[in-house]
Amino acid sequence: MEKIYSNFQEQAEFVKVCPKTINFLLSYSQALYEFEHNDLSFETFLN
Amino acid sequence: MKLQIEDSELVRDYINGNESALEILINRHNQRITSFIYSKVLDRDITEDIFQDTFIKVIKTLKKGKYSEEGKFLPWVMRISHNLIIDHFRRNKRMPMFEGSDDFNIFSVIGDDKLNAEKQLIKNQIDTDLRQLVEELPDDQKEVLLMRIYKDMSFKEISENTGVSINTALGRMRYALINLRKIIDKNNIVLTN
Repeated sequence: MEKIYSNFQEQAEFVKVCPKTINFLLSYSQALYEFEHNDLSFETFLN
Repeated sequence: MKLQIEDSELVRDYINGNESALEILINRHNQRITSFIYSKVLDRDITEDIFQDTFIKVIKTLKKGKYSEEGKFLPWVMRISHNLIIDHFRRNKRMPMFEGSDDFNIFSVIGDDKLNAEKQLIKNQIDTDLRQLVEELPDDQKEVLLMRIYKDMSFKEISENTGVSINTALGRMRYALINLRKIIDKNNIVLTN
């Protein structure tokens, strides 16, 4: 019983990804630059 | 009263270059999407990975201007994460994950065939020493040995290149090895790794 409860609690606790993942995504978004040239799509990363 | 900006408006802002709109969107739907992924994969690290891949797709699509489902941001993101979850299970079915236990670690059986830095240094030293020893051999034996060992040529090719018969080439190789051993023994050289 105790074990089942602790398993359930562990699952229930994990409801959000960590801030590190979010920070990565925000940095990724800021760095990513998409542009088109002659019907070709390019992506590049800006520092 | 707290006024909440609609998803569609945030998406529009983000497409127009407002990066903070993305932060609001991610934080707003973090719990829903994370719970959804975790309920399927039941692994925290995989959930983080799929969440990250989901938003990378979202960011790319929005930046390319290919997003057209205005007002349905969350269902769209959920669909992307759903597809990535399916990809994850397909991949794992093809390549099942093997986890070791306390008694058995797979890395104790599978090794890295690359030499470590120390062994690489020793090997380089041996190669250099050996090259110097080969220089001590008579020219005809040295020629055959270099072709066979360093150029990886067959005895037929060696015979064609040197203009001697295969048997002569074989004999020269044999004497080259005998003489090399003699030089090594005479000078008490240790060639080992």
